[in-house]
Amino acid sequence: MSKAILQLDALSCPACMTKIQSALEKQTGVATVKVLFNAAKVKADFDAEQISADQLANTVTDLGYEVKSVKTK
Amino acid sequence: MKMQRFINQHINQVTLLTAILIGIGLLGKVFASNTIYTLAFISASIISAVPIILRAASALRFKTISIELLVSIAVIGAFMIGEYNESAIVTFLFLFGTFLEDKTLAKTRHSIKDLTQMAPTTALVINDDGQAEETDVDFVDVGDTVLVKTGAQIPVDGKITEGSGHLNEASITGESKLVTKNVGDPVYSGTFVDNGTIKVQANKVGDDTTFGKIVELVEDAQDTKSPAEKFIDKFATYYTPAVLIIALAVGLLTTDFRLAITVLVLGCPGALVIGAPVSNVAGIGNGAKHGVLIKGGEVMNTFSNVDTVMFDKTGTLTEEKTAVTQVQSYGDQSADLAYAAAVENQSDHPLAKAIVNFARATGVSFDKMQPASSDVIKGRGISAVVNQHRVLIGNRELMKSNQIELSQTQQTDLKSMQQHGRSSVLIAIDGHVQLILGISDVVRAGVRESLQQLKKLGIKKTVMLTGDNQLTAQAVADQIGIDEVHAELLPEQKVTYVKQAQQAGHKVAFVGDGINDSPSLVTADIGIAMGSGTDVAVETSDVVLMSSSFDELIHAYGLSKKTVSNTKENIFIAIATVVMLLIGLVLGFVYMASGMFVHEASILVVIFNAMRLINYRQKKSKLDADQVKVNQYGLS
Repeated sequence: MSKAILQLDALSCPACMTKIQSALEKQTGVATVKVLFNAAKVKADFDAEQISADQLANTVTDLGYEVKSVKTK
Repeated sequence: MKMQRFINQHINQVTLLTAILIGIGLLGKVFASNTIYTLAFISASIISAVPIILRAASALRFKTISIELLVSIAVIGAFMIGEYNESAIVTFLFLFGTFLEDKTLAKTRHSIKDLTQMAPTTALVINDDGQAEETDVDFVDVGDTVLVKTGAQIPVDGKITEGSGHLNEASITGESKLVTKNVGDPVYSGTFVDNGTIKVQANKVGDDTTFGKIVELVEDAQDTKSPAEKFIDKFATYYTPAVLIIALAVGLLTTDFRLAITVLVLGCPGALVIGAPVSNVAGIGNGAKHGVLIKGGEVMNTFSNVDTVMFDKTGTLTEEKTAVTQVQSYGDQSADLAYAAAVENQSDHPLAKAIVNFARATGVSFDKMQPASSDVIKGRGISAVVNQHRVLIGNRELMKSNQIELSQTQQTDLKSMQQHGRSSVLIAIDGHVQLILGISDVVRAGVRESLQQLKKLGIKKTVMLTGDNQLTAQAVADQIGIDEVHAELLPEQKVTYVKQAQQAGHKVAFVGDGINDSPSLVTADIGIAMGSGTDVAVETSDVVLMSSSFDELIHAYGLSKKTVSNTKENIFIAIATVVMLLIGLVLGFVYMASGMFVHEASILVVIFNAMRLINYRQKKSKLDADQVKVNQYGLS
């Protein structure tokens, strides 16, 4: 299980949180997703064989949010 | 999707353009040009409605009925019945309101941002050739040695292997006083070398460092919701669809389309949704700035209701070290003390350290003396020869076994010392007791005043729970004026006292140093750890006082009360706004645009109200003059 931390541009509406959360959770290979609203960060545990951190970042970008950096552990 | 991102990035320009078009429209009205008026408002409506409708649609795809959806329907409705000015002004106010919210929210989140920006980015790693090479901090590994020069930031947690310096550890402890660090001392990532050059061997890097953990903790805490927030979140998920249904019902029953879309705008739950979280974000941020980590809104809430505080003694109310606090001399005090210090200087015993420190503090010089044939007698003390004088330092048994008798005065002095809870050390030179030193715990600076201040802030009872003996405990208690003392306790017995108080209906906070006290920290309603960055303390407790000071404890308690009342104020403001709008609607004062204005204004009011927490600061307790002296000389 890998862990990705995405740093986003500031989030302003609590609805964004739900959006990002459910969009990422729907991806295959993603186990848990935690969106930190105030820190504008997304922490996700995922299976590196099924999905990559970059794909996760792309999903968030497609929703209309800018991903500033991606870190994987 | 591309389009949505484009619009998101240019939302400010969209808002500005709408404002200009509305201005042109109003000018058209002034010059009685109906065409300009109508055209300007129509284009303003369309331009500003697009981003709102897009957001509403994308939320709807994830089955969320958002505020944007209410506004979108209202605006489209107004547009259809030809109320172009209303639709333009409503959308503009909504966008402009969101813009102001972003700006002000950023202010309340500033404290975390400040924190993350303080994170080190580069490091000077010393490579195999002994050369320093600048690297990105992410590439530093555990075991690497880094060079840190004057003015630079320490990039890792580790130990000093070479050099020394004055460090500013404010980013970890909140305390800006410089600390001196030498070879072997631990240093923390994120702190600054104010003066000096050091080499540090890394034992923790990146997110594992204390600084990394603090950042993570504060980020998590700001998103950990209080019960009020959880309730409101739940409420909002039903409230927004309910507004939609109510508006529909109103429209069908009264067949008044205008009224129905007005209900949609007025029903937006803005201030209510944002009011509680924004107070907590500001409150937790304020704490982080002052060396107080409060783990979330729920902790904030519980902490504000605490009425009983229980303290561990050693390391919490008192410092880890002990000090000489009473001197009875029967000869030449400074000469005798010099002999004793010379002998004790070679020992690691805590009492020995206290004696050496005391000798140094009182200006007794003993460095040139060379003690010979020094011999430790287990459980009794130490004997040695200094400048041809035979020196015995230890307890009464040591004297007895060397056939040294105590005079009547000496016996009374010894007894009174023990009754005051002090450990006593007898010093005999050439067969006569010349000096008796009383050694006791050093109470942390300002504890007495802090306990009084806690009482003023609403704490009903303060309790000391300690494993130490009754006499010592009582002696400390008398100095600091604590309400209750329970001594000679095992860790599990401390837990029992916490539970008893809870069963009696009290909300209990336990303050400890986080290692042997962890059962009590977990049992108490609020566990408060004194910890200059120890991992256990940071993880097991609800509140961490980074520099272990009582000022931080008071600040934390006061802050929790302030934050909770701030949350209540915000909820009140939000509900009052809704009620006023409804009354206005019934009486016919309020229509879409004015309703949106009041609504956006109320959101800004709650944010501004929360921002007052950012600068909250507890007035420092004044140390009384006696205690300042005591701390200077280590006497009491």
